[in-house]
Formats: sequence, structure tokens, C-alpha cells
Amino acid sequence: MAAVCVRELDVVRGSTHALRAVSVEVPEGRITGLLGPSGSGKTTLMRAIVGVQVIRRGSVEVLGLPAGARELRRRVGYVTQAPSVYGDLTARENLDYFARIVGAAPGRVEEVLETVDLVRLSRRPVSSLSNGERSRVSLAAALLGRPDLLVLDEPTVGLDPVLRRDLWATFRRLAEGGATLLVSSHVMDEADRCDELMLIRDGRILAQSPPEELLRRTRADDLEDAFLVLIEGAS
Amino acid sequence: MSARVTIATAQRVLRQLRRDQRTLALVFIVPPLLLTLIKYVFDGQTQTFDRIGGPLVGIFPFVLMFVITSITMLRERTTGTLERLMTLPLSKLDLLAGYGLAFGLVAALQAGVTSAVGFGLLDLHVDGSIAVVVLLAVGNALLGMALGLLASAFAQTEFQAVQFMPAFVLPQFLLCGLLVPRERMAPLLEWISYALPLSWAYDGLQRAVDGGAAGPIARDAAIVLGVTVLALGLAAATLRRRTP
Repeated sequence: MAAVCVRELDVVRGSTHALRAVSVEVPEGRITGLLGPSGSGKTTLMRAIVGVQVIRRGSVEVLGLPAGARELRRRVGYVTQAPSVYGDLTARENLDYFARIVGAAPGRVEEVLETVDLVRLSRRPVSSLSNGERSRVSLAAALLGRPDLLVLDEPTVGLDPVLRRDLWATFRRLAEGGATLLVSSHVMDEADRCDELMLIRDGRILAQSPPEELLRRTRADDLEDAFLVLIEGAS
Repeated sequence: MSARVTIATAQRVLRQLRRDQRTLALVFIVPPLLLTLIKYVFDGQTQTFDRIGGPLVGIFPFVLMFVITSITMLRERTTGTLERLMTLPLSKLDLLAGYGLAFGLVAALQAGVTSAVGFGLLDLHVDGSIAVVVLLAVGNALLGMALGLLASAFAQTEFQAVQFMPAFVLPQFLLCGLLVPRERMAPLLEWISYALPLSWAYDGLQRAVDGGAAGPIARDAAIVLGVTVLALGLAAATLRRRTP
């Protein structure tokens, strides 16, 4: 079963053709990595899936509904690349507010603070936290409503390796609990942590398959090489 | 629309404002200070001070709420929190009503403090009811808030948002009748003044200050309320769930 089904999606942002005839499927209950260089269209594709992007053509279906449908606002969690939380409030105050919007159970704020390892810093204004800490507050906010689909735009940028490992462990736990995750990254070494990969470049999908299959098909030693083989094949 | 989300939003906005002590100080200290200044500028001209000072108690909240709301909402837009809110189960009305509730409360406090200083310490005198003046002040603050929310959609930076103050507010202030009675203006300006909401707000305040009849005051207030609702509707239309 596919949690997300994108068909022939075309998106134009300003003067750039951000996505061209993109057709992909995000499998349910697994971690899908969306990989590609900066400016390749990762964020635009994620925005289209969350339903905040104006699209020119094509269709995006999420959990059986058109992307952006009202019912999906409780079921889809989106974390933008820049942490979208209130800098003048503490992490706890931010989470309290978002928890009340999604109607999360009491005690849920404490749980997500533990998940992202921010309990100790939860009473400091978010503006006084480091970039990595801020993006964890943003991630915690998206976890509050236990969404069925989590769309995470470069969630591990600028994090220290230990924390990055812990976060990926968290993502794995969420997937094992039945959630579907779509995680973008421009770092290839995160690719082998995913069950499924989508490679995107210049607004086009180069490949979608599990990592092992990608290696086998391109006869590459690692995923970085596999990406290069695909790019050269495409041009 | 949900009362839970509206109240949560109002509390969040108030909490943010409380964190910003300097802005709070400006909100509550500047209007009484300006009123004091006006008293001494018109030293000995008690009548002039009464004529200008009374309505001003109800106009300050309009100006300040315009500035504060347009910048707060612009911040929501530029920091991505608005986009996050638009992906959550929150209706646009919840957000706008939450803002209205929070800033309406601040405006009531501000008008209260300004009246206390004006009527208590500065010997400001009105024939009408002070309570009505304060009530109209809250209505005017909501008008300022609604226009500020709308204006924020047209600003890309805080610098631009601040410039909207002289652009949107100052002409209304000059034409509302406070400085020169409207019937003494050139006909064109007088017509324009009828199209500006602050003119009606001022009319209501002036009637309230003079102890005028309830009917015309209610009519002026209704016009202000109507424009507020219209501006909120337009502001809601600028809150897009999908953006290019």
C-alpha cells in the first residue's frame, strides 16, 4: 500500500520549473529517503505532499485523500527545513500551544520532549537555543498529534553525530509503530538508513527503489556512486 | 471554528507579548505620556485639551494595535509559523479571533490606563461617560488590529510594515476631524474623510465625550464594527493554505 501517490506532478515556482512530471509512491509504514542536491526540488515535492504548494498539473493523493484535505491536517506532520516555532517562547510553551491545536493528550508534551532529548532545555526561550536544538523543537511539535505520515525536510542538518543516530533510531521506532516517514536529505550517508530511496535532480525523479536494489542495478559500490551512475545515464 | 483553539491562540499571543517587556512598556506608557505632553502643549487652554484629549484616549489604541498586529502577523508569515499553523487543524477564524481576543484585551487595558491618567491626574474633562469612551476605544483597537492584519499581507519585511503606519494611519488621523472639523475641510477632503473608518470612530468618540445621544454613537460604532469585519474577512483571504 502506498501512503502517498504522486502522479505526473508539475510545479512552477516563480520562473523555475521546480518539478517536471514527477510520479512517485511513498510506501506505508516505512522510511523513504528523498535525496538530491540543494535546489533539486525536494522541498517543493514535500510541500506538494503536505498540500501547501500550488501545483500546475498532476495529482497528489495522501492516505487515500487529495493532498491538503481538511481531514489530513490531523494525520500529517510536516517539519520545514527552517524551524517554524516561536522564538520568544520556550520549547514547552511552543509545544503546549501546538498540543492544544491538535488536541493531544495531556502528558504528550513531556513525551515528545523526551523523544527529541530536550527536557533539560525546555524552559529556555527557543531563540536562545542552537540551530540544531531549535529544529528538534520543530520536530517535537510535529510528533505531538502522532501523525500517520511524517514529512521531514532535512531534519538532521547541523546535528552532532550522536544525536543524528538517536534521531534515526526514533524515526525507525515511529515506522515500526506503523507511521510512514518521508525524510529529505542532501547527505548520501543517510541513505542506507532508509527502506526506500527517491533520487531527485533538477525537478526530475532519477530513480525510486530500495537501496540494495539501487546498488545492484547500477553495479555501484555505494549510494553516492549509484547516484552518479544514474545522473550520467540520464544525461 | 473551535473555542479551545481560539483561546489557546489568544493565550499564546499574550504570552509572547508578555515576554517582550519593552513593547509592553511602550503600549502602556506612551499614550499617557503623549496625553500629558498635549496637556502642557496647550498649557492654560483647558477647552482645547478637553476637545482633543478626550477622543485621543480612544484613538491611541487604534494606532498602536495597527502597528503591533501588522508586525506580529508579519513575523508569523516570515518565520514559517503561519505555514505550520495552516497545516494544522486550526481554522483561519480561530487564528484571527485569537488575535482579536488577545489584542482586544490589551487595548482595553491600555485605554483604561490612559483614561485613568487623563481623567484622574491630568484633569481631563468630558461631559459624557468615561466607560463609553473606553468601550469605543476597544472597538477602535479591534479596527486597528483588523487593518494591521490586512496590511501585513502586503509587507515583506518589518521595515515595510512599520512604514505602513504613516501610509495607512496618518492620513486617516489628519482627516478624521480631530485636528480640523471635517465640515471646514475642502469638499474633496471631506468626501474622502467619509470613506475612512477612523472618521467614524472619531465621530463616535466625540459624541461620547460630549455626552451625546446613544443612537448616533451606536451608529458610528456599528460602522466601525462593519469595517472591522470587512477587513478581517479580507485578511482571512490573504491567509492561504496553499502558496506558490
